[in-house]
Amino acid sequence: MSRSVSRRVLPGFGLTMGLTVFYLSLIVLIPLATLPAKTLTMSWEAFRATITDPRVVASYRLSVTASLVAASVNAVFGFAVAWVLVRYSFPGRRIVDALIDLPFALPTAVAGIVLTTLYAPNGWLGEPLARLGIKVAFTPLGITVALIFIGLPFVVRTLQPVIEDLDPEVEEAAASLGAGRAAVLLRIVVPNLLPAWVTGFALAFARAVGEYGSVVFISGNMPMRTEISPLLIVTKLEQYDYTGATAIASVMLVLSFGLLLCINGLQSWSRRRVAY
Amino acid sequence: MNKEHLSEPRAVRWILTAIALGFVGLFLLVPLAAVFVEAFSKGLEAYAAAVTEADALSALRLTLLAAAIAVPANVVFGVAAGWAIGKFQFRGRQLLMTLIDLPFAVSPVISGLVFILLFGRQGWLGPWVLDHGIQVVFAVPGIVLATIFVSFPFVAREIIPIMEATGTEEEQAARVLGAGGLQMFVRVTLPNIKWGLMYGVILATARAMGEFGAVSVVSGHIRGVTNTLPLHVEILYNEYNAQAAFAVASLLACLALVTLVLKALVERRVRHAGAEAGRQAVEVMAWESKSGV
Repeated sequence: MSRSVSRRVLPGFGLTMGLTVFYLSLIVLIPLATLPAKTLTMSWEAFRATITDPRVVASYRLSVTASLVAASVNAVFGFAVAWVLVRYSFPGRRIVDALIDLPFALPTAVAGIVLTTLYAPNGWLGEPLARLGIKVAFTPLGITVALIFIGLPFVVRTLQPVIEDLDPEVEEAAASLGAGRAAVLLRIVVPNLLPAWVTGFALAFARAVGEYGSVVFISGNMPMRTEISPLLIVTKLEQYDYTGATAIASVMLVLSFGLLLCINGLQSWSRRRVAY
Repeated sequence: MNKEHLSEPRAVRWILTAIALGFVGLFLLVPLAAVFVEAFSKGLEAYAAAVTEADALSALRLTLLAAAIAVPANVVFGVAAGWAIGKFQFRGRQLLMTLIDLPFAVSPVISGLVFILLFGRQGWLGPWVLDHGIQVVFAVPGIVLATIFVSFPFVAREIIPIMEATGTEEEQAARVLGAGGLQMFVRVTLPNIKWGLMYGVILATARAMGEFGAVSVVSGHIRGVTNTLPLHVEILYNEYNAQAAFAVASLLACLALVTLVLKALVERRVRHAGAEAGRQAVEVMAWESKSGV
């Protein structure tokens, strides 16, 4: 549809466009602009001193490491879940499928307190694990568990439609040419799912880096050990250190935007390579 | 899938299914069940007391109020953005869509922080609003703003692809046949986008009522005044009143379950609608849900 025809015949472009830009600016762009603006009022030395403070650096390292581990675990198990949901049939499949979105729908604070209770040394899961000498709650492992919870749907929901779109004829052709099932999976299925797989991983990772509600309860919040970056921002805010909070936030914002760009790139890659 | 050579050996299928279900059970089902078990751990009476306590009720009221403002505002915006971006071509269209997604890319804590920077005592607009006697930060308006921010993209990103997929022919035909702008929208456009709209509203409502990080930063945690349900859960939990915290949390868990059921129903409804628009909407939703909402 050429622009001229559309503009001439359909009404309301000016009105809806104006409303969109106005509302977007009011709710998102102007508030977000305060962050770089506030950062620019800091001297370079002050900014550098804040973001290279050992406690801050430890929080970045923890946030990124725990998010990477959680996203990797989700990439492996999320693949199994997506594959099983699309390719196999078993009783209760529809319910399991609906349940996958629970981490999107369940408020993060609820996830936070329930995971803490489950994995605490006297909890349903924490007690048997503690007897094996594994401490989960109030350790980096606990943080990872919470990040696995919130990241799972990203991997599953990214892979599912792509697995559904795989054309069985190609697998059939490969099989009829003598390829074993393992070869078909490794040579045909996995390469075709790769863009979506990486996208799901990146989405889960991006979400995990900024996550707050589900982590803050289970982490125990010990400086240098189990303190994630978003929590450090909140701590600075509670001490009315707005510039300190802003400096940490601006580093996180740059990381998030970088990830957003990567994800956009990955998504167009995966759309270009839709199934076989 | 029933052809043997097109699937994995039976033993592999069994093992893979067991691993997948075990993982889902451990990470999703057990936590969900634990919420309700803990909520009722001291019996029905303690449960009823926790959810009908004055602070819990005022938290519920504030949660509903914030959602009742945020969701309709985002619906109006989402439909307008869908019309402008989905039906017209213009320079900067892609950029506009990326900007709309921004609230998803930002940590919830930062979503709250920016409103403090804007309306706080030292903020850009802080002195001005205080001069006019309006308290934004650590008050209800700040909570509403943070809620609008975090639930901002949901409706727009459902509507834009559907508006785009349904094209402009039907609307043009309506115009040529003499329909006014409003009549065209209500009779032609709205029926095409209604399921997508509903889907967006469900997701936006769940997020608006469940948001914790952003709201926590701007609320100031004033009991009975600036407490939403998720914040009330936090306060109770930190006061070592776990049972009451889980009782209130179970309300939110029920909300999550209702969200999941409605979402599944709308998805199925769209799948069953034979119309081209419906089919396209399914694809759009599959694509949307994979990009993480």
